[in-house]
Amino acid sequence: MMADLFVQFCEMLVVLGLAPLLAGYVRTLKARLVGRRGPPLLQPYRDLLRLIRKEVVLADSASWLFRAAPYIVFAATWVAAALVPTFATGLLFNYAADMIAIVALLASARFMLALAGLDVGTSFGGIGSSREMMIASLAEPAMVMVVFTLSLLAGSTQLSSIAAFMQGPGVGLRVSLAMALVALIMVAIAENARIPVDNPATHLELTMVHEAMIIEYSGRHLALIELASFVKLLLYISIIGCVFAPWGIAVAGQGLEAYLVGLAVYVVKLAVAGLLLALFETAIAKMRVFRYSDFLGSALMLGVLATLLLFVSRIA
Amino acid sequence: MITPLAFDVAHLFAGSLVLVSFMLLYQDRMTGLVNTFALHALVVSFSVAWQAYIQQAPHLYITAAIALGIKAIVIPVVLHRMIVRLGIHRTIEPVVGVGLTMLAGIGLIALSIMVMLPITAQAGTLAREDLAFALSVILLGLLMMISRRNAVSQVIGFMSIENGLILAATGAKGMPLVVEISVAFSILVALIVIGIFLFRIRERFETVDIHLLHEHRGEQP
Repeated sequence: MMADLFVQFCEMLVVLGLAPLLAGYVRTLKARLVGRRGPPLLQPYRDLLRLIRKEVVLADSASWLFRAAPYIVFAATWVAAALVPTFATGLLFNYAADMIAIVALLASARFMLALAGLDVGTSFGGIGSSREMMIASLAEPAMVMVVFTLSLLAGSTQLSSIAAFMQGPGVGLRVSLAMALVALIMVAIAENARIPVDNPATHLELTMVHEAMIIEYSGRHLALIELASFVKLLLYISIIGCVFAPWGIAVAGQGLEAYLVGLAVYVVKLAVAGLLLALFETAIAKMRVFRYSDFLGSALMLGVLATLLLFVSRIA
Repeated sequence: MITPLAFDVAHLFAGSLVLVSFMLLYQDRMTGLVNTFALHALVVSFSVAWQAYIQQAPHLYITAAIALGIKAIVIPVVLHRMIVRLGIHRTIEPVVGVGLTMLAGIGLIALSIMVMLPITAQAGTLAREDLAFALSVILLGLLMMISRRNAVSQVIGFMSIENGLILAATGAKGMPLVVEISVAFSILVALIVIGIFLFRIRERFETVDIHLLHEHRGEQP
């Protein structure tokens, strides 16, 4: 019990500590890939520190909601990240909440952020909020279909059980899993505002979504929102890692070495995922806003198809 | 009795075939459509080759080779040249309501699974699974034929139906080779006839949009 609690807190701190590093790593890689030197790896930490020290500037029309939203967004995202087994399964919080709860927590974080974008009353924030909701209305059903596929296969909606099942011999080669993986990656790209859907590197573009919603934020509020978005990227990579590449995750009750190995393997997985993300983002151009529904619609279609095909494979 | 791995690989190919049928539905460029059709034929030939391996039926390898040679290479090349000669290689065909077509497609897959699984309860698992997927591919091909206006897209829908039939035929054991070969050649003949027909349509109406044909049928669309 105490050991589980300790692992849980370690995991939460690791997630929080590694998330800005991952963001900096992806930024540096992207800069290198286009032939620039790019910021140093630790730049996101420095940015966060600088923002925390700065004074908060609030618009006159901002209500309490505007001030409360960053804390709620950050808390919901961090709790969702605590539910994902990163380097060890058997986390204490796992018994309280499953994958559907993760989807719900992320959805409430996004809801708060969209409200905050509308709160000040600038038109730019409103555009961001409405686009974010359009993306969400397509990405969330796709995510839920992926969850259904995985839980039909593993017989559980808990990520720990799913990861244990995927490590076991009963998985086999399934076309449903491949479809679920592609759908999950598409949802992750849309949810994290990465390139084909949104550009994370710019502040002055008419088609941006995430940056438009948070344009009125400053100081420690902005720092919290930025940190929450870093954690969200790490969370999606961790979900993909623990479901589709579950090797090396320490199981509860193993010794200290297993945990250390798990941590090392986890860092390697993050490095590989970050490299793939940077390559993908450099190779592809941003989509028009009106094409989002095609992109996310095909993710939803893949999710539904994966669930449907599962009914055929279950007769064996 | 087949091993779980053999079943999984067969399932993988058959499932991918359904997926590629879906990809055919939302292609809006002629070139992309023909390339996706080549992929469709490639997947079907892999699927047949795998069936030949697990059923230990050497004649199925010939079927796979025919599918690979004729439908994955010859027909796409001919279609590409035909599209260029018709001058429609740069046109983007409006796919009527991608979302609605997709929903209808998913409904058709659900329908074929619901229909096929109960009525084939006595058959082997592999045959059941293949029949369910084959019916989905056939229905998706029909959907493609009714949702497109361009005659070339309809030809591709027709060919994808034929791929679905091959999948169904190889799933059932003991399909004679003569039947396979004659089916393959009739498809080739159909392509030639349809090709001539397409040029005739174009000569007369100066387009291959088949909506113009409705006016000459004596009824208003």
